[in-house]
Amino acid sequence: MTRRERTVDVLIVGGGPAGLGAGAELAASGAGRVEILEREQTAGGIPRHCHHGGFGGHTIGGGTTGPAYARGCVAAAVRAGAILRTGVTVTGWAGPLTVDTTAPTGLERITARAIVLATGARERPRSARLVPGSRPPGVYTTGELQQAVHLHRQRIGSRAVVIGNEPVGRAAADTLRVAGLDVVAMVTDQPSSRLAALTRPGDRTPVLGRTTVTALTGRERLTGVAVRHHDGRTTTLRCDTVVFTGDWIPDHELARRGELALDPGTRGPAYDAAHRTTGTGIFAVGNLLHGVESAGFALAEGRAAAAPVLRHLTTGAWPTGRTPLAVDAPLRWIAPNLIGPDGGLPLRGRFTLRTTGRLASPLFVVRQDGRELHRQRLLLPAVPDRAFHLRADWLDRVDPHGGTVRIAVR
Amino acid sequence: MSPTITTAGELTADDLPGTRPDGGQGAPVYDVTVVGAGVVGAAIARELARYRLRTALLDASDDIGNGTSKANTAILHTGFDAVPGSLEARLVREGQQRLRAYAAETGIPVERVGALLVAWDEEQLAALPALLAKAERNDYHAARLLDAGELRAREPHLGPGALGALEIPDESIICPWTTPLAYATQAVRAGVHLHLNCRVRHIDSGDDVHTLTTTRGTLHTRHLINAAGLHADELDRELGHDDFTVTPRRGQLIVFDKLARGLVGHILLPVPTAAGKGVLVAPTVFGNVLLGPTAEDLDDKTATGSTADAITMLREKGRRILPELLDEEVTAVYAGLRAATGQEDCRIRSRPDRRYIAVGGIRSTGLTASMAIAVHVMELLGDSGLDPGTPSELPPVTMPNLGEAFPRPYQDAGLIAADPAYGTLVCHCERVSAGEIRDALTGTVPPHSPDGLRRRTRAGNGRCQGFYCGAAVRALFEEART
Repeated sequence: MTRRERTVDVLIVGGGPAGLGAGAELAASGAGRVEILEREQTAGGIPRHCHHGGFGGHTIGGGTTGPAYARGCVAAAVRAGAILRTGVTVTGWAGPLTVDTTAPTGLERITARAIVLATGARERPRSARLVPGSRPPGVYTTGELQQAVHLHRQRIGSRAVVIGNEPVGRAAADTLRVAGLDVVAMVTDQPSSRLAALTRPGDRTPVLGRTTVTALTGRERLTGVAVRHHDGRTTTLRCDTVVFTGDWIPDHELARRGELALDPGTRGPAYDAAHRTTGTGIFAVGNLLHGVESAGFALAEGRAAAAPVLRHLTTGAWPTGRTPLAVDAPLRWIAPNLIGPDGGLPLRGRFTLRTTGRLASPLFVVRQDGRELHRQRLLLPAVPDRAFHLRADWLDRVDPHGGTVRIAVR
Repeated sequence: MSPTITTAGELTADDLPGTRPDGGQGAPVYDVTVVGAGVVGAAIARELARYRLRTALLDASDDIGNGTSKANTAILHTGFDAVPGSLEARLVREGQQRLRAYAAETGIPVERVGALLVAWDEEQLAALPALLAKAERNDYHAARLLDAGELRAREPHLGPGALGALEIPDESIICPWTTPLAYATQAVRAGVHLHLNCRVRHIDSGDDVHTLTTTRGTLHTRHLINAAGLHADELDRELGHDDFTVTPRRGQLIVFDKLARGLVGHILLPVPTAAGKGVLVAPTVFGNVLLGPTAEDLDDKTATGSTADAITMLREKGRRILPELLDEEVTAVYAGLRAATGQEDCRIRSRPDRRYIAVGGIRSTGLTASMAIAVHVMELLGDSGLDPGTPSELPPVTMPNLGEAFPRPYQDAGLIAADPAYGTLVCHCERVSAGEIRDALTGTVPPHSPDGLRRRTRAGNGRCQGFYCGAAVRALFEEART
């Protein structure tokens, strides 16, 4: 086998906002040769096909569009001096800090002094959600739909049902309308959100809350989505297109094949506030850590990881025996989920959490080995489709030799 | 000779054997027509292609291998548990040897992983020696009994409570999609006419010739072979016979992500009971793990949907066999229909006076037995007045490798240097290159849907199910069609 063997200082796997943010910051800080590998032909990640506003801005509808945001991230990384290579796929590990790649230009084996994984997240497809029924064409995730419409201008169908009522689901509905489809309903097993209706006054799409999909029907083409309401009523929504939205899972193949410990909640690599995984010299950033937060959050994480990467390049130090963080149901996950020995705080001094069910003004209790470390009430409700946060100023109370720190909610 | 494949429109003289490309006229009659281009029909067509015969292979759908053949457990059986002395036992034993050799020659991926029949209680443990004896009666002599310790050493992720197993070291896994494609490719290249989207509606049987009225017009054939799978009984009745009834038996299966592959080394079979062969856990040649099938007798030959109850049942069974499997992501859920006839044995029946052979009731062993069934049918044809002449060797065919255990184009530096399209990955989960997609789209038997392309390349078949590549793969497919 002929593989070209090379070494770099920092290898970043994934050219979405997180990887590009890390690359820009590292290259600008004099980390040496910083190389970003992107398997798609164009870098920029998922924002490339999100043709809606809100990127880079905090108000709904503000900021710039996804493609413009993606181009901005790419330009910043290249301007800073990072080497960005597209159409290059990392296919596996050949050593603790060595990967094999495939590209049209050939096969390589690249060894780095530090590796930053930024492989992102994807939506769970219909099969992974175990939705029964037939398997006709016309079944999409938001990611596939947006690429089909915005990148390839493909014909989709005429009547669509969207499964999900979170921001991603509403982006899917917008894309369907751009493609000329009628969105006949949005279906969610959660109570339908009144907030969503208030923020989108022109949107008259019926939202079926507390409703589950029981089957897809159709052979040559999708003919309908069978649903069951919480009160037991069943019906079939006639449509030729269905989009399964949200339900993100980190794209963790490389992390798992590298035998990094995964967090059971996020399904991404376990990591500490310095973005260190359990693999020495391997950092992780962006939605690989928590499918899924905003592009802006991923970019900020990428940038924030640069300082610890530089520190590691200088000292070679790597922590062992970090204290894990875990959540109790109905909380889904917390990120970061390891506590480093050096007292570093996560981005913006707070942890990010998600819940599986709505919590009205929840009271969080942080404990280690039965000892209470922190208690904090959230004034706004916590809802499943949005991140909420927990202050991190109690970290100095953690016993580094103690057991798992658990976050419960009352 | 340019291959003849037709997919749409009325069959014209140009499509039929009578008119040659040079304009010369011949009798517009096929010597043999095989109805059904599943793995069995395609194998028969390939066997016929070795002779100087005018052969047609028809299928009602838009692709070969598009029914039962595309949705099964993809196992190359030894036949250790067949009914000793039955036709099926012989065809499975011979077919397995033939297909194993053919796979090695053509590049169809096969992995000899071995099977373990796992006993979960005393009663099942007590049943194993009889199964060992049955394997011996089937002329299979490599099986042996394992105690609980040996079993655990072989399969450390097995759930608690397994008491022992019968080991069948030669049970193998095979690619169910490349096999019929290899057969069809060789058959078509050797001059067999393949007519797709061509459903047989009605048959008139004269003294010399069968006249087939299809959805795409009329064709004539001297000999007729019914390999119509689930619909073989309907075709049989069309000819005035009433030998068997096909009751579709649905098998639902769950495919787990490739990251689960390390959990299981062998095909894990249950000890068969009166209720059937039961639910297995098996690796696939694509590097996934399969859980299933169910066995549900239905009356609807189109009921290939999955059901919530079956998914729940399979997950319960799977949790007992391999608890960690249930934590892994699911890549696909599918259902296939086996052509059950209520008979243990297959229903291969020749009517020499009518120049007709029914190949019915081919169930889950059809893939394994396909090449032996083809040879058997050829012998039966000889007995019914067809003089096929002497056979010739078919030019060899090399199939693209879809198997995870064998080198794939994305790993081949020389191939990529010669053609960078093999280094351009389109489907990331399955690492399918633009070069492989192009090859499939321009192959001898090209796909007519993205689904057909998926079975030829695995593009879109991975854990993301098209989240990343679905639109790009469709674009390549549509570009090739225009």
